[in-house]
Amino acid sequence: MTAEKVIKVKKLNKTFGKFIAVNNISFDVKKGEIFGFLGANGAGKTTAIKMLTGILSSTSGEATVAGYDINKQRNKLKENIGYMSQKFSLYEDLTLKENIRFYGGIYGLSNKQIKQKTNEVLERLNLQKIENTLISEIPLGWKQKIAFSVAIIHNPKIVFLDEPTSGVDPITRRQFWNLIYQATQDGITVFVTTHYMDEAEYCDRISMMVEGNIKAIGSVEQLLVKYKSKNMDEVFIKLARNNENI
Amino acid sequence: MRKILFIIQKEFKQIFRNKAMKPILFVMPFVQLAVLSYTADFTVKNINLFVQDMDNSVLSKELISKIAAFNNFNLKEISNSYKKGFYKIQQNNIDVIVSIPQNFSKNLQTNKKTEVAIIADAINGTKAGVSINYLQNIILDFTKEQASKKGFTNIKQGVNIIKRNWFNPLLNYKLFMVPGILVLLVTMIALFLSGMNIVREKEIGTIEQLNVTPIKKYQFIIGKLLPFLILGIFEFSIGLIIAVLWFKVPILGSITLIYLFTIVYLILILGIGMLISTITNTQQQALFLAWFFSVIFILMSGLFTPIESMPVWAQNITLFNPIRYYVEVIRLIMLKGSSFSSISNNFIIISFAAIFVNLLAVFNYQKTV
Ligand SMILES: Nc1ncnc2c1ncn2[C@@H]1O[C@H](COP(=O)(O)OP(=O)(O)OP(=O)(O)O)[C@@H](O)[C@H]1O
Ligand SMILES: [Mg+2]
Repeated sequence: MTAEKVIKVKKLNKTFGKFIAVNNISFDVKKGEIFGFLGANGAGKTTAIKMLTGILSSTSGEATVAGYDINKQRNKLKENIGYMSQKFSLYEDLTLKENIRFYGGIYGLSNKQIKQKTNEVLERLNLQKIENTLISEIPLGWKQKIAFSVAIIHNPKIVFLDEPTSGVDPITRRQFWNLIYQATQDGITVFVTTHYMDEAEYCDRISMMVEGNIKAIGSVEQLLVKYKSKNMDEVFIKLARNNENI
Repeated sequence: MRKILFIIQKEFKQIFRNKAMKPILFVMPFVQLAVLSYTADFTVKNINLFVQDMDNSVLSKELISKIAAFNNFNLKEISNSYKKGFYKIQQNNIDVIVSIPQNFSKNLQTNKKTEVAIIADAINGTKAGVSINYLQNIILDFTKEQASKKGFTNIKQGVNIIKRNWFNPLLNYKLFMVPGILVLLVTMIALFLSGMNIVREKEIGTIEQLNVTPIKKYQFIIGKLLPFLILGIFEFSIGLIIAVLWFKVPILGSITLIYLFTIVYLILILGIGMLISTITNTQQQALFLAWFFSVIFILMSGLFTPIESMPVWAQNITLFNPIRYYVEVIRLIMLKGSSFSSISNNFIIISFAAIFVNLLAVFNYQKTV
């Protein structure tokens, strides 16, 4: 794996009034890796992702994503990234196929490309039989997989996934991670947030966020050694407790 | 531009898949048009009349029978006592007293000035006003008849009635009201549908997904606006057909001109809707704002109360009311057959407003918060 850095973050800050949601975070993400962005509820994960995807302006600091400045080159940036928001992002009153068509069109795919992508997605998810079903009638686990496929419909360089597996059963989570692996094989870098500590195992590297600060960063093995823990839960608890002591 | 087409396609699908939408688009407006057009008919019927005849002549009797022959009047009593009539008004049995003076016949025949008094119960102002106008017309008619019989050319010397308001009881109110109500209907549909649209995506959360795509702000606004423009024109057309075929409203002017103005007007109203949508966060907020604007616009449109009878400050406010301009234009083109030159002022004002408001909406729509 080359060491090319596709996300570079330097002292990125976001405050809402007096409240510091993201506090001077710095990190890099390498091309082709799965980067896990872990943290408890309210740690500031979504806030950080929104800044990196250009839909929330930062208070201070700088960052480039896919080589584009997150504040100055938003349009270029947006052409090169995919995003699956924590809120539901598909149109419930459109069918599976129509959702793919719409987002494909918005990203500027040709009709031929849209058709090809649609077949590809339906085949990969094995959902041909419900291609004309409204999203509102499809179970959550399937919807999440569809939303992921739609988020990478335009072959972005990087995809940001904000808690893509929350509220989904373990089997579907497993399948979802398989999709993520497939995407990395196509050369897509994955930036994924989660608060399931066991999902950290699936990531090449992770960062641990506690109350707006990145407390630790590295591969799972590195962190387990460094914090003398048996699993990621333990690491997390130690980091969180550490925070209280400050 | 292809991207805009994708948005339009999506919007249409969503609109027609929404179960509440079909009745809102295809039933409600036309019920409104029918019901409002009938109820906004200011013709006043069943006016109870008391005549005080102090002349008791052939001519005064002739005038009374002429008045009594008018369908909307019920002649209750003829007497020479004014007090009696006054008492009956107090009892609410009589709406109007017509008082014919002594020497009525004599003065009329010698072409001297004579005065017929009309006293109306103004508790119901509209009824009083309309009754007086009916009577004025009948009496004027009568005077002219008498004058021409006698060969008097200067009928000013006949019965003198002081006219306060121009009013024409023979006017068919529906002709006047239907185009105006058509305007309201198109305005309401356009304003509410567009006002609720973007904010709905905010509420569901899909806006975030759109904001992260490279779509341009103007593409987004145009894609959102065009479907409603098409729907608005469609609504207007059906309303126009009903107005012409059912209410027999004539279209004396150019249909092309009507449509041209309607399109510009709709773009303005949709722009206001988009603006509402961009400054609010929930559909509820948007609904209240849209409601606020439409009530003010409608009440100050000159449709139900003439603009000339508003206080000056209110008249000045109506200068910012798009409905006012549209009502004026539609009535002028349909009923008077006016050409572009006589509506050009309104056209220019609405065009500039449309451009301004839509630019503001594009500017105000934030892809980044
Ligand atoms: N627009 C805002 N205004 C004020 N405070 C905000 C705003 N957005 C987020 N916050 C606050 O910032 C903090 C971080 O929120 P954020 O959504 O980034 O957390 P998160 O790590 O994504 O949590 P979760 O796991 O619940 O999604 C929270 O305390 C939240 O209340
Ligand atoms: Mg979050």
